[in-house]
Amino acid sequence: MTENTCNMTQEDFARLPQDRSLADAIVRPSVSYWRDVLRRITSDKVAIFSFAVIALITLAAIIAPMFSTGYETTDLLHTNLPPSASHWFGTDSLGRDLWARVWMGARISLLIGLGGAIVPQIIGIFLGGLSGYFGGWVDMLIMRVIDVGVCIPSLVYVTLIMLWLDSGPAAIIIAIAITGWMDSARVVRGRMLQFKNREFVLAARTQGASPLRIIFRHILPNILGQQVVSITSAIPAAIFLEAYLSFIGLGIKSPMTSWGQLCQTGASFYRLYPYQLFIPGVFISVTILAFYLFGNCLRDALDPHLRD
Amino acid sequence: MKDPVLEVSNLKKYFTIGRGQVLKAVDGVSFSIQRGETLGLVGESGCGKTTVGRTLLRLYQPDGGTIRFDGQDVTKAGRSQSKVLTRKMQMVFQDPYASLNPFFTVGEIVSEGLEIHKLCASKREARERVYELLSMVGLSKEHANRFPHEFSGGQRQRVGIARALALDPEFIVCDEAISALDVSIQAQVVNMLMKFQEKLGLTYLFIAHDLSMVRHISDQTAVMYLGTMAEYGPTQEVYSHPAHPYTQGLLSAVPVADPDYERTHQRVPMEGEVTSPVNPKPGCRFCARCTRATDICRRESPALRDLGSGHQAACHNL
Amino acid sequence: MSEHLLDVRDLRVSFDTYAGEVQAVRGVSFWLDPGETLSIVGESGCGKSVTVQTIMKLLPSPPSRIKSGSIHYQGRDITHLPDKAMDEYRGKEFSMIFQDSMTSLNPTMRVGRQLCEGIIRHQKATRAQAKQTAIELLGQVGLPNPEQAFRRYPHTMSGGQRQRVMIAMAIACNPKLLFADEPTTALDVTMQAQILDLMNGLKKKLGTSIILITHDLGVVAKMADRIAVMYAGKVVEYGDARQVFYNPCHPYTWGLLGAMPNLIQDVKSELYAIPGTPPDLYAPPQGCAFAARCPYAMGACLKGDPPKFVCSDGHISRCWLMDERAEEVMPPDGIPTLPRGGKQA
Repeated sequence: MTENTCNMTQEDFARLPQDRSLADAIVRPSVSYWRDVLRRITSDKVAIFSFAVIALITLAAIIAPMFSTGYETTDLLHTNLPPSASHWFGTDSLGRDLWARVWMGARISLLIGLGGAIVPQIIGIFLGGLSGYFGGWVDMLIMRVIDVGVCIPSLVYVTLIMLWLDSGPAAIIIAIAITGWMDSARVVRGRMLQFKNREFVLAARTQGASPLRIIFRHILPNILGQQVVSITSAIPAAIFLEAYLSFIGLGIKSPMTSWGQLCQTGASFYRLYPYQLFIPGVFISVTILAFYLFGNCLRDALDPHLRD
Repeated sequence: MKDPVLEVSNLKKYFTIGRGQVLKAVDGVSFSIQRGETLGLVGESGCGKTTVGRTLLRLYQPDGGTIRFDGQDVTKAGRSQSKVLTRKMQMVFQDPYASLNPFFTVGEIVSEGLEIHKLCASKREARERVYELLSMVGLSKEHANRFPHEFSGGQRQRVGIARALALDPEFIVCDEAISALDVSIQAQVVNMLMKFQEKLGLTYLFIAHDLSMVRHISDQTAVMYLGTMAEYGPTQEVYSHPAHPYTQGLLSAVPVADPDYERTHQRVPMEGEVTSPVNPKPGCRFCARCTRATDICRRESPALRDLGSGHQAACHNL
Repeated sequence: MSEHLLDVRDLRVSFDTYAGEVQAVRGVSFWLDPGETLSIVGESGCGKSVTVQTIMKLLPSPPSRIKSGSIHYQGRDITHLPDKAMDEYRGKEFSMIFQDSMTSLNPTMRVGRQLCEGIIRHQKATRAQAKQTAIELLGQVGLPNPEQAFRRYPHTMSGGQRQRVMIAMAIACNPKLLFADEPTTALDVTMQAQILDLMNGLKKKLGTSIILITHDLGVVAKMADRIAVMYAGKVVEYGDARQVFYNPCHPYTWGLLGAMPNLIQDVKSELYAIPGTPPDLYAPPQGCAFAARCPYAMGACLKGDPPKFVCSDGHISRCWLMDERAEEVMPPDGIPTLPRGGKQA
């Protein structure tokens, strides 16, 4: 410190011109919310690994069926073959190539997973948003419908819808949507109530913003992060539900296929040809696990409380 | 010359909080603000001052009374009138952290009103206007692309002021606009508000619990206690001759940055705490804490009495 | 060297974040004698809470880290005491009152039980004795009907009552040193006056020393014997209350005093405002941290960090204006002129 003083000359004690530009300067680099989220996702090994698994399976589901024999093509001369060079996953009791069927099934299962997670979420966000923001009779109506709706076991709806709409991927998605929107509507309604009285929302109202603008421009982006997380965790649930429905014979029917349907067929002969059950089973498990892990990482990355 | 911009009479706002309990947040409050002047509204938390501000801006629907702005009844405004009123009446909020949407850049926050009311012909014009507003509050162009979380509390509050000014308002409610800020920053913001008042002819309702700051900024001061008006009048009068026992206690409780004064000064004793505004008993709201309370105070609620030169107080013992 | 109750020397504390090192405390020194109140004044982010939490060892490490400096309590070095050994001090020797009484009290536990726990742990009292003491304490902090208060849950009490409970918990084991971090900031003025009176009364009765963190100079005037003004992680002015209030020697202190209107002075047309914002301690500026906002800034202020200058006995300021080579300056309205040509400490 003392050396410091000695280094100063008389000139150093002249008054500086007043320059205020520095007083309000921001020195930290600008980091937007989503870039910050991305940084945290990419620094998480589990997130990268699970994402890679999901990406790989999705990619294969898109590409593989294009380059293999038709999944419906039967070959009664080569039934129930074990995995080999010509049939990587073997064949089933009708001689259909399981490699082709597993990837075709992946398409259907992933489609149902995505659809079954996103469609109810959209309905839920919309109805929950209206209910939470407007309150009053709108809220009353929607909430009473939900109250009644959740009392009926979801399997009852699903069975009825599957019988009515004929089984197919669309029917399964509709069935999941009809039961699944209620939970997300409730969550969104709660979040909406929480945000409705935040000062920035009041500020938007004093600026003359319309209700739709407030819901979609102001509140939804704040809620969306959490909803993306619930979508990622709803995907494995939807895949699982499809597998379960197909397994009990309500879901996808042969010759169309899905992982659940493959398991169902495989299960009948699993003592003789275990690979027919285990291969699709492993795919279901790995996919579900990857989605769960990724969902968890995403939740951590989006959590504003964890921001440092 | 009297030219009231805002006239509020007998304003009431009740909240039902279930099981037949009614929170009388604002219970019959009247005041008026002259053009270009500032009314300071003070009181402790829960006295209803924020509710008054929010009701004026139609964030709440009043349960009684009238609010007249430029002679027009605000509560009965139709759609198009509403839009005009929105531009004329603006608000600066308390919490500089919660009052800016974290997903908007500062530029987007300031330009939102311009966009809603289509005040700028082109995107470029809007951008220029945003830069102008930011420079008015001492921020620069570079700040427009930053997100609120990168700013300090004082800078954010200045963004809030720029947002309010964007619509060229005549009247601004400052709802505890400086309470959450540091001392040196409070002074910056208050100086800025006063400068804008002079330059743009703004009228303010300055809601605060900091009595010294209210004395500094206001022409008129209103003291609220549990939803009612305790005292109201020219600031000079209210501070030098407080008539209501609550005002007296409140003023003497404010610590002064002067050790000698603090160590010799005798406080007007005021024990106990603010009671609940839920289902209030009849009589004067303050009588539970008042040292001068008599029978009549417990029976009847006092009306505002004129003490001359516009100074009014609601107390039976005057 | 005389032995003080608490002696902090050149304390430096940093936080390691992903963006880099944030130097929250950059060389803080102060001392405190028994029965005294030291007020640490400064704006948010100036490092006043970090200083106190470092002394109490309340900061998780990492990310926080003591870079250098020492903390002596009654002559013993407690700078790097492990957490376990620190438990001996916390509660018994030191205790703390926080700003937010709602989050500092356990919402699922009755007030009485929370109070008793500390008493049982530190004084090895039986449950019945502890209850007796707890009820006495609740009465002592001015809660009407202490027996009833003993059985209440925190959320059923008002902010002022909870703060009283916090004080009761803090003084339960007769600590020698009480840290109060903005104890009245969340309260209304009338409640604040009551709580400050209570703290002053208890200090006289129990002889406790208090370190009071606040940004309100009015509160400081009421409570403090000694004042440390902090800015950007450093103590920029240090002295006893009268010295700092009636003869402030740092432009930042002038700014603080001038920025706050008060009820006994005449209304000024404009408040003396410090322009700009405090620097980000992620990249503290070279030289004096206040220079960018200081109307009196000189070349020296940007070149080198000002050393400690003695203004008068025990009154220290870190400002180049105190150097004899600096020009004489006029402080803002109502603040006495600066004694120049101070010696370096």
